Amino acid sequence: MTGEELFKSLAESFAEKIQRKTEFRGETTYTIATNDLREIATFCRDELAFDYLLDITSIDNFGEEPRFEIVYALYSMPHAIHLRFKLHVSEDVGVVDTVSDIWPTANWHEREIYDMMGIKFNGHPNLRRILMWDGYPFFPLRKDFPLQGLPSEMPDVAFTKITPLEGGPFVTVPSTATSKDREPRARAPEL
Amino acid sequence: MPETHSTAYDSKVEGNVIFTRFDAALNWVRKNSLWPMPMGLACCAIELMATAASRFDIARFGAEVMRFSPRQCDVMIVAGTVTYKMALAVKRIYEQMPEPKWVIAMGACASTGGMYRSYAVLQGIDQLLPVDVYISGCPPRPEALLAGLMKLQEKISRERALKRQKPELVERLEEALT
Repeated sequence: MTGEELFKSLAESFAEKIQRKTEFRGETTYTIATNDLREIATFCRDELAFDYLLDITSIDNFGEEPRFEIVYALYSMPHAIHLRFKLHVSEDVGVVDTVSDIWPTANWHEREIYDMMGIKFNGHPNLRRILMWDGYPFFPLRKDFPLQGLPSEMPDVAFTKITPLEGGPFVTVPSTATSKDREPRARAPEL
Repeated sequence: MPETHSTAYDSKVEGNVIFTRFDAALNWVRKNSLWPMPMGLACCAIELMATAASRFDIARFGAEVMRFSPRQCDVMIVAGTVTYKMALAVKRIYEQMPEPKWVIAMGACASTGGMYRSYAVLQGIDQLLPVDVYISGCPPRPEALLAGLMKLQEKISRERALKRQKPELVERLEEALT
């Protein structure tokens, strides 16, 4: 089956559940609701042979409502076709169903999303932090978390401090001068 | 009747006896058999392995004995990025090393946090441990690590080991001699 046929059968089965379909240079993205995630995911894996979950990632649109987006990148090995799903999750809800029983690789990806963004997953077998330590009080990849970090202390486990950024994050001054002038050692923050 | 002479040393071993200061001998022994505790955390560990391999032989300096038990080690080579998650574990291993012990911070990440100015990376292992030698590089070439090891050897040779470790004994000796 070619890509169009796959997507056509997907669109036919879930016509009312697909909120938006975008296509860009051969990449197809469907926006769906969080309630329909498991149904559509199971259909994609079983009927359409999207057997490889490439990635799950999350986006923080700080200031917009709903705040978070979760993006699923699927690939079908028999047909060599890519597909992308997006969900919107608002901050008050903050919970999505897990797909780790559909694609086992989702286990760690969802743990990373929980660790970095704070979105919880219903039915996840082991939802705990994966990069930071259990008990770390912040979610580092949110837009309101500063790049240099926030101080925290868990005695005997770990501690964090604020990193000196010297006016960064990008200390270079755009210009055509030599690299000695373009990249000062420190830069006063612009007020 | 045979005559007896008192000599400073037995003529049979003449030429094979060296007089030296205790400090010098102790420091020579310590600096030429530094057993590293390889705290290889990231990419610098690969260069540490390369230094221990045959081309850049760290065994020339007596430091090929990389025991992973801190109880048997003299110098901890912190090679790699120290994240906050790992920081207290590194400190715990350092505390398990018996005296005398030294620390080499190998690479940019161990010295100052390197290119990782972020929320998760400790900005230099010297925030937790006393570092003796910093080696810059990302990663430092094996020759640079050997140069840092030689600098540590120079530092050890300058130590007043006996005075530091047995101060009361040194005081009594000085009193007895004056």
